[in-house]
Amino acid sequence: MTATTFPYDPRELDRREGEEVERLIRGSQLAYVDEDPFMTSMLQENILVSTVDKMLNWARQSSVWPVAFGLACCAIEMMATGMSKYDIARFGMELFRASPRQADLMIVAGRLTWKMAPPLKRIYDQMAEPKWVLSMGFATSGGTFIGGYSMVPGVNLIVPVDVYVPGCPPRPETLLHGLMALQSKIKTESIMQDRLRQRERFFEERGNVLAGLGLPD
Amino acid sequence: MSTWLSGRDVARLLRAHLPDAVEEEADDCLAVYPGALLDTCRHLQRELAIDYLNNLTAVDYLDYIEVVYHLSSLERNHLLTIKVRCYDREHAEVPSLTPLWQGADLQEREVYDLFGVVFAGHPNLKRLLMWEGFLGHPLRKDFVMPPFPQPPGSPVRKRGEELGLD
Amino acid sequence: MASTSGVPAAQAGLPFSQAGEPVLVNIGPQHPSTHGVLRLRALLDGEVIIDLEPVFGYLHSSMEKLAELRTYTQAITLTDRMDYLAAMSNNLAACLAIEKLADIPVPERALYLRLIMVELQRIASHCMFLGTYPNECGAWSTPWMYSFRDREKILDMFEMCCGQRLTYNYIRPGGVAQDVPPEFAIALRVFLKDMPSRVAEYEELLVENEILIARSKHIGILSREQAINASASGPVLRGSGVLWDIRKADPYLIYDRYDFDVPVGEIGDCWDRFWVRMEEIKESLRILQQCFEEFVELPPGPYRTPVDWVFHPPAGREIYSRIESPRGELGYYLVSDGGANPYRFRVRGPSQINLTALKDMTVGHKVADAIAILGSIDIVMGEVDR
Repeated sequence: MTATTFPYDPRELDRREGEEVERLIRGSQLAYVDEDPFMTSMLQENILVSTVDKMLNWARQSSVWPVAFGLACCAIEMMATGMSKYDIARFGMELFRASPRQADLMIVAGRLTWKMAPPLKRIYDQMAEPKWVLSMGFATSGGTFIGGYSMVPGVNLIVPVDVYVPGCPPRPETLLHGLMALQSKIKTESIMQDRLRQRERFFEERGNVLAGLGLPD
Repeated sequence: MSTWLSGRDVARLLRAHLPDAVEEEADDCLAVYPGALLDTCRHLQRELAIDYLNNLTAVDYLDYIEVVYHLSSLERNHLLTIKVRCYDREHAEVPSLTPLWQGADLQEREVYDLFGVVFAGHPNLKRLLMWEGFLGHPLRKDFVMPPFPQPPGSPVRKRGEELGLD
Repeated sequence: MASTSGVPAAQAGLPFSQAGEPVLVNIGPQHPSTHGVLRLRALLDGEVIIDLEPVFGYLHSSMEKLAELRTYTQAITLTDRMDYLAAMSNNLAACLAIEKLADIPVPERALYLRLIMVELQRIASHCMFLGTYPNECGAWSTPWMYSFRDREKILDMFEMCCGQRLTYNYIRPGGVAQDVPPEFAIALRVFLKDMPSRVAEYEELLVENEILIARSKHIGILSREQAINASASGPVLRGSGVLWDIRKADPYLIYDRYDFDVPVGEIGDCWDRFWVRMEEIKESLRILQQCFEEFVELPPGPYRTPVDWVFHPPAGREIYSRIESPRGELGYYLVSDGGANPYRFRVRGPSQINLTALKDMTVGHKVADAIAILGSIDIVMGEVDR
């Protein structure tokens, strides 16, 4: 069994993957802005959080299921947060789903390389609304390995991020603090905002800006 | 305690059997011509019971790229260093050690990826760590990191075009 | 290079028409059990793997190039992040290489501290293995919860010394970063008293476990000759029957003063690799008992040779230095050109080289066994990709 018996040529698969990576590099020029359009628009429209919202938000924040997206050392601290000492189950988040379709939160735990960026985007796209992204660690936000030829200088070039958690790696308590910050952000949401349409509009605006600059999306 | 074999002793051993193999010898290592690499290793396997490849890597000295092999013997507990120099940076080629040691497989792919040294006879020589289509060999000293693509019209991009970079 | 170890004869000759066409299945890079971002392209005939290609590079962080831009002391911070489950071993390997390169002596107290840290790290790393390997075999999180409980104790001790739980940067050229507080000795004494009973608990749960035996015996066999040929090291090599431990063969620090055995497997299947690591925890505890008794008798003294943070090793020198990390032979090849930065900072990561034989170990087994085999090699992607 020395010769490869692949019906598809592995080099062709590699080449297609490389093209995807190069395309994504050129399409990730603009960082997703951190100011939350949902929150700012809501403040502008001055919607008060009603009882229905309170209940929905309580349900959503108490059962945020993260998708298992551990990349590097931060993943170990994420696992330690899930273990018995820094129990994440008391927040309702112990179910790390393997499939993104069943998850609410993507904890990007670990340094992101350009080769890994297309799978990250694909996993983010597969998650259903409401979804949030937590960028865990200093390297994910473009810190520890700045200057490296294969590193993404910040995961907010690929996906919009809700919470940034500093540390290299962040202690489990820091991660829990970040998760509680996310919970307080969820508390301010409202059923009146159509999340799906707002997010589509947000992406469309970004695509327009990129097209105006003459760059692919 | 492991012993590091002296390059001069090994060179003396080799010269008896392969007179033209050794390029240069020193106390701690031995430089061999690329064409004689496989024969040298086979001879060492027989004479010195060298059966384990510890490390295969390369260093970019600006005049040449040097591929470094660290070999050892598990039964006799000694190690030695062999180097092969490629003076042609555009077409650096070295015979592959995969016929002798399977452990050279991934390490040679990595050296090809990061330094651009082609290993003749490798069954599957393609990039290991970077993606296919990445231009350049990152660990070379003259590798310029591609600047993060700038939107057209930005002053950084204009400056880059003036300097002839991209 | 071909090996059909473990393939039942009937399956090896199974024509495609019986199982349908071969299917190319992509396992990873995001997958709960690939130990990080490893991608496996598996060609399946039914459920039997007939070809396997691992794809790396999803975590390649250009650390070797970045190390050339930093001084030797700064480069040690990068080494933590390579094998992040055994960061003390990484630091130690880098520091041993740098000290040999620059001729920096190390005081006695630092030798003891380094050995204690590295052996504790070995236990912590193998505790992680005791959690992830049964996870691969289907025990979900139960053993993981138990072994992390002991790992947290070790991490608490590390935090006492250097303030960090995972990426320590504690072992520096010339010694260690700072001396240990008195609470450390108390905590270590309590740990050494309690841990043997915990290990007995894990043995009772896992070693005679019918399911683990069924999932591991005669799966992923790596023969002795193939292991040596594929440059395997660490528990992978010892599981295949080769008695080779760098702590015995090429002792560094003060390992030659202590009495410990090296567990060696028989046939090189997943079970042997698992058993070797279980025994290594016990041997590490043995070393720690002996070392700790000597350590508490040590008079207080310097823990670090005062070396400038920025130093210049002599030009033209190079060194290859190796240690036995929990994953295998961790080697550092450093080349100096007389400057404050290394000219070449090569890390020989054992996880990457242990994966050379993955295809030969896996072909002929089923998909579920492939995951178990990958788990038994115990890789860390930070080291594979660097």
